[in-house]
Amino acid sequence: MLTYIARRLLIFIPVLLGITVINFIIVNMAPGNPVDMYIDPNMSPDIIEAKKEALGLNDPILIQYLKWLGTLLTGDLGYSMSSYAPVAQLVGERIMPTVTLGLAALVLALLIAIPLGILSALKQNTKIDYLVTGLSFIGTSIPNFFLGLALIYIFAVNLGVLPTGGMQKLGGDGGMWDRIAHMILPAIVLATAIAGRKVRYVRASMLDVLKQDYLRTARSKGVHEFWVTNKHALRNALLPVITVVGLEIPLLLGGAIITEQIFQWPGIGQLTLQSMMSRDYPTIMALNLIAAIAVLGANLLTDILYSAADPRIKVS
Amino acid sequence: MNDLLEVDGIQTVFRTERGEVTSVDGVSFRLKAGETLGIVGESGCGKSVTSLSIMRLLGKNGSIRRGEIRLNGRSITGLAESAMRQIRGSEVSMIFQDPMTSLNPVFTIGSQLIESISLHLKLKNKEARLHAIDMLRKVGISRPEEIMDEYPHKLSGGMRQRVMIAIALSCKPKLLIADEPTTALDVTIQAQILDLMKKLREETGTAIMLITHDLGVVAEMADRVIVMYAGQIVEEADVFTLFDKPLHPYTTGLMGSIPHLDADEEETLASIPGTVPPLQQMPSGCRFHTRCPLAGEKCMSESPPLLELAEGHYVRCWAAQGHMELSPTESSSMELSLPQTKGAMT
Amino acid sequence: MIEFDARAYDRPESQTASPLVKLDGLKTYYPIRKGLLGRVRGHVKAVDDVSLDIREGETLGLVGESGCGKSTIGRTILRLEESTGGQIVYKGENITRYSTSKMRPLRTEMQMIFQDPFSSLNPWMRVKDILKEPMLAHGKATASTADAEVDRLLDAVGIPRSYKDRYVHEFSGGQRQRIGIARALSLNPKFIVCDEPVSALDVSIQAQVLNLLKALQKELGLTYLFIAHGLGAVKYISTRIAVMYLGKVVEIGTKEQIFRNPKHPYTQILLNAYPVPNPHLRGREKMVVQGDVPSPTAPPSGCRFHTRCPFAQERCRQEEPPLTADSLGDGHAAACHFTL
Repeated sequence: MLTYIARRLLIFIPVLLGITVINFIIVNMAPGNPVDMYIDPNMSPDIIEAKKEALGLNDPILIQYLKWLGTLLTGDLGYSMSSYAPVAQLVGERIMPTVTLGLAALVLALLIAIPLGILSALKQNTKIDYLVTGLSFIGTSIPNFFLGLALIYIFAVNLGVLPTGGMQKLGGDGGMWDRIAHMILPAIVLATAIAGRKVRYVRASMLDVLKQDYLRTARSKGVHEFWVTNKHALRNALLPVITVVGLEIPLLLGGAIITEQIFQWPGIGQLTLQSMMSRDYPTIMALNLIAAIAVLGANLLTDILYSAADPRIKVS
Repeated sequence: MNDLLEVDGIQTVFRTERGEVTSVDGVSFRLKAGETLGIVGESGCGKSVTSLSIMRLLGKNGSIRRGEIRLNGRSITGLAESAMRQIRGSEVSMIFQDPMTSLNPVFTIGSQLIESISLHLKLKNKEARLHAIDMLRKVGISRPEEIMDEYPHKLSGGMRQRVMIAIALSCKPKLLIADEPTTALDVTIQAQILDLMKKLREETGTAIMLITHDLGVVAEMADRVIVMYAGQIVEEADVFTLFDKPLHPYTTGLMGSIPHLDADEEETLASIPGTVPPLQQMPSGCRFHTRCPLAGEKCMSESPPLLELAEGHYVRCWAAQGHMELSPTESSSMELSLPQTKGAMT
Repeated sequence: MIEFDARAYDRPESQTASPLVKLDGLKTYYPIRKGLLGRVRGHVKAVDDVSLDIREGETLGLVGESGCGKSTIGRTILRLEESTGGQIVYKGENITRYSTSKMRPLRTEMQMIFQDPFSSLNPWMRVKDILKEPMLAHGKATASTADAEVDRLLDAVGIPRSYKDRYVHEFSGGQRQRIGIARALSLNPKFIVCDEPVSALDVSIQAQVLNLLKALQKELGLTYLFIAHGLGAVKYISTRIAVMYLGKVVEIGTKEQIFRNPKHPYTQILLNAYPVPNPHLRGREKMVVQGDVPSPTAPPSGCRFHTRCPFAQERCRQEEPPLTADSLGDGHAAACHFTL
């Protein structure tokens, strides 16, 4: 197991290197540069040129990349080209809110998807099944921004029961309940699409397991139907779900960009958008790196969890 | 003395997308305590559905439409599901064809054994575990303590079938239903499992309902044999009578179809032409007439009854019952068997 | 390629007296990869040093329990599996390392019938298209002659011609196996590997298919390698039989030699373990062998059967008994130090 993890981590290195190269090229190919984005149009071309020179933007792209990589290897993510704050600090401030929101959304999505998926499978081809399937289609296809705005309109503007955005009350620590209240709407928005996809997956997985011989064995032992479903079948049906939950993590990061913007959630989604608008190369690169690590890490974690949950699978 | 199991004219139907099908039609038999009854037939003949009807594990779409099943004199056909659960795994238990898929892959052998033990015997955890280990030892598993904590995929097919037998016998059932218990196993492992079943049958006195397509296994194990075809019993006799003097042309056909290891060179096997009719399109009259070498006018229109032609020897065939004029062209096997039948009937 | 084609078909008659297929020390191993860098740490020795002759027009039965390598041999001969060592000689030509294009003309001569007629036929194709496809692909028929060929094939395997427009799922298991046989016959093969062709079928249907295979062999002069675990079927159809255990042939001989006079303990146990459909014999003394077949990744030292053999002695643990051709006379050979 440890050798397996070590081998996977070794493979990470070239993969990450490749990803940073590609990202660096793409980011640099976008029109404009950090200096153009924030400089007063009345500023003289000499000063602009001097700024560019100072930031190293006139170097060949290869040199720029190697410089960035060099500082990265010393553990330094560099400085933002728009706010001049250390990138590590910028990202550090933003990462926890995103992780919290993402986890909350994931848990919420599974709490909805697993029971509904099971119900749908048990009642296959009945009205309940069709209703659940229909809901899952709506959940999958409704756009994040629309659902977000609709929820704000209903719960924050009309009913006034939940805040419109942000992570907590302005200026103060409103305690845990305040934070939870702020999280409800964005978490629902993120969870809706995930739940929509997962319901169908749990249903399919459960239908497959319900045909298995070992359930007949359990029944022939006199096991109550409730336990046949919720112990013998469920445990098996959830195994493949682990894999696809792992695949949700990159999607969560992508969904966060829009959702965080709508709800003014101070996470890396928002930071991503800001740094892209200002062509803040070091921050964009750092965020890309984090996203890449998150995806690779999620895959590894999925495999490890899978082998822990399924006695038949032994990673090697 | 009451029989352990009395099955009286059961008819089991399944709802399907293309309408209702009858899988088992008017099946009746008895099973005494400690007896081994073999049920033989090809796929789709209703032998497995008969056993699942007794366990009442017919799924959402299956139900027993008619007839009655009595266990120790008590009718269980109308029992509530909760009362049926008390019976399953304790009074009647079951082992299945494919040991590779019959055990739940994500639970240990121990937990799957203990589950039924604590369910029916109401033992404390520790006692249940000891009983489980004891059962594993009884079915010939060495190192039972270690195997308790193993997952099924670590065991070979033969070992898994031993575990299934241990689970089935753990609550001392009066009846063990074995549905093709050795079909998925290799020959040498099959011999081991049959040996084990014989040994445990002697030790526990459990009655066995052995469902199989393999006449060799039946000849080896059964006291009495039922031959099923297309949802009906076509012949029933004690094992020696059945193999020595089979009366139904289907039974004779089945026996002719197996190449014998100790017989001399056979040029052609006596095969039964055609295939088993689908449940939706049962032929009129005798259900076997479409494949029967002896079929006559009467067979196509009238369904033969299951009659006792000799003591304990039941046959569902117009020809065997002497209702048909045999033309000289008809096969010699029937001419051989008919005089014996007539003698037995008087 | 065309040049080769001509050579393959115009082989002089004298060559056919030698075996049609000859295996010489054939080995098929599957690597097991482990560790940080995925190095090969061992092998599953599915087929380990097997030498066999399959003579023209005969049926060689290959029996053994699951995992003994019998199916792998069949697949290796057809080059569906790459051999690790040894030689496969077909009609005197060493085809062991033939390229795909060089194998292509031979593929028409060497066909396979599979165990599972449910999954070996394409469910989206009509029967006539299943049968036409290989003929058209190998130029054995043209679009205009293919229909007549389909009728001829269906006649040969006993499927009514009127069924040719149906899909596979509309047929019963026995009929599907007949279609599988027709597909194998469509290219006029000389050699057919039958891999457990009747194991998935009902008893009465097994007899039909075995009879069909036997009749076709007589009519078309086919050579079969008949792989099965059911001894009854093997005995009925085979001319000679090879018994395999853990990747090796332990005994080979004519059907009579193997069934009447088995010399290897494993053969005896296999025959003895087979339940006989005769209740009068149920009390007979049986040799029940204990335990499971050992893993082919780490086969036992010496004689591979020694761990389960009731007669095993010290020598069996250390020294591997060779299978010397004809060691018991009349083509009968057994790999045992103490032949019974």
